[in-house]
Amino acid sequence: MEDVAIIGVGLHPFGRFGPKSAIEMGADAIRAALQDGGVRWQDVQFAFGGSFEVDNPDAVVGQLGLTGIPFMDVYNGCATAATALQLTADAIRAGKYEIGVAVGMDKHDPGAFTSDPVDYGAPAWYGEMGYFLTTKFFGMKINRYMHDHGISHRTLARVAAKGFRNGALNPNAFRRKPVPEDDILNSRMLNYPLTQYMFCAPNEGAAAAVLCRADLAERYTSKPIYLRATALRTRRYGAHEVHSTWAAVESDDAPTVYASRAAYEEAGIGPEDVDVIQLQDTDAGAEVIHMAENGFCAHGAQEALIADGATEIGGPLPINTDGGLIANGEPVGASGLRQVHELVRQLRGEAGDRQVQGTPRVGYAQLYGAPGTAAVTILST
Amino acid sequence: MTQVAFADEVFTWPADEPQLIGGKCGSCGAVTFPLAGSCPRCGTPGMERHLLPRRGTLWTWTTQDFLPKEPYASGETLETFQPYGVGLVQLGDEVRVEARLTEANPAKLRFGMEVELVVVPFRTDADGTEIVTFAFEPVES
Repeated sequence: MEDVAIIGVGLHPFGRFGPKSAIEMGADAIRAALQDGGVRWQDVQFAFGGSFEVDNPDAVVGQLGLTGIPFMDVYNGCATAATALQLTADAIRAGKYEIGVAVGMDKHDPGAFTSDPVDYGAPAWYGEMGYFLTTKFFGMKINRYMHDHGISHRTLARVAAKGFRNGALNPNAFRRKPVPEDDILNSRMLNYPLTQYMFCAPNEGAAAAVLCRADLAERYTSKPIYLRATALRTRRYGAHEVHSTWAAVESDDAPTVYASRAAYEEAGIGPEDVDVIQLQDTDAGAEVIHMAENGFCAHGAQEALIADGATEIGGPLPINTDGGLIANGEPVGASGLRQVHELVRQLRGEAGDRQVQGTPRVGYAQLYGAPGTAAVTILST
Repeated sequence: MTQVAFADEVFTWPADEPQLIGGKCGSCGAVTFPLAGSCPRCGTPGMERHLLPRRGTLWTWTTQDFLPKEPYASGETLETFQPYGVGLVQLGDEVRVEARLTEANPAKLRFGMEVELVVVPFRTDADGTEIVTFAFEPVES
């Protein structure tokens, strides 16, 4: 198996962009990644593109140059962009290609996601009766978690406030204004215990990465970032997951736990070796739970860690340094590559006001979404 | 007034003591709600119709405080929307089911509280037909 390096990353800001199409944003993100890596589009041998709203992300070739390359489209819920990245890496690992692009793009209407529950394996009545909402799943999951592990409402507000604060330091973020914790706690309740400012918003944006066989990376960059692990897992019997009418009484760990273990094993490292972290913070509670599910602390330890500022940019466990989903929003197809973009910037020491301390060597990204799918990516210098 | 269940084969209706209709795997004994086409644990096709206990305990819960988008079909508007509780209710040692709760006030919901299945009005159609749905109601102690 060949090793794989990331030689370029590019981002179209996340937010709302009027009539600009997701395809145009995707093309902009690829152009930025090519420029970052010093790579010409004509040298790209293949691509994977991810999107929820766009049927054919491959239409970006019409804007970049019709070179005839194989371009494969993927959709895998909130794990879409990590899936595009993993497939791009796997094609290089297998020796089929030397250089390729992973891109994600989306353009969602405001408000909670909706769709046909039948397409998610749930009965049609699940939507008609008012159950088909990811937000209420996250409300139920964190409510029980707080009960079991002594997590306070204040901790949820601290997580969201950190997201907005980090977003204020990120010129590409959607929400760039700090929000006081009390305003977060007092904002409208959406799904108890989660208030409006504790949730991310579906929005618009795109992100891309240029990958190549590791032994070729130094032709393009003096700071290649190596892809150490990409792991994807679906739910097991016993996990309580999004969009499910029932759960088994016997319990099993969430898919994130399995994806995380597999990624650490593949990378040959442990959570103690990670210097900068990106977690799926669909809501503030998800970030709290995912800290433990990814091995960064014991269940319940989040309460003290977050109060002590451990997860701040200057802390020992910097999490969602670019503001995460809470400040960036979630264009589903692009979200995971936004995480990778931030990790690459951090590992290269290019994150400006958001730069973590010291010389970070290892970055970690996790995605989680419907109908119970998780992805973990580990990068290193 | 005619009372009609929102879908067939989700709960027994009409009935004085309605029950949710689940499925039980003939091979491994796994229980689902509603009746599934094949077992989610072992993959065996064809589960058996299996009526679930009427009482259970509240394993976790939340509230739905904003009007869901379509396909939500309550007929409510932003002005008329009534928040509702949603819980994951453990029925014996068989299965946990996601269900509306008749109580939407967090102060009145407790982990582990005993709840019972009830059938409640959901929407009234233009022809006067009342569509009913299932929910769990806290049992007075």
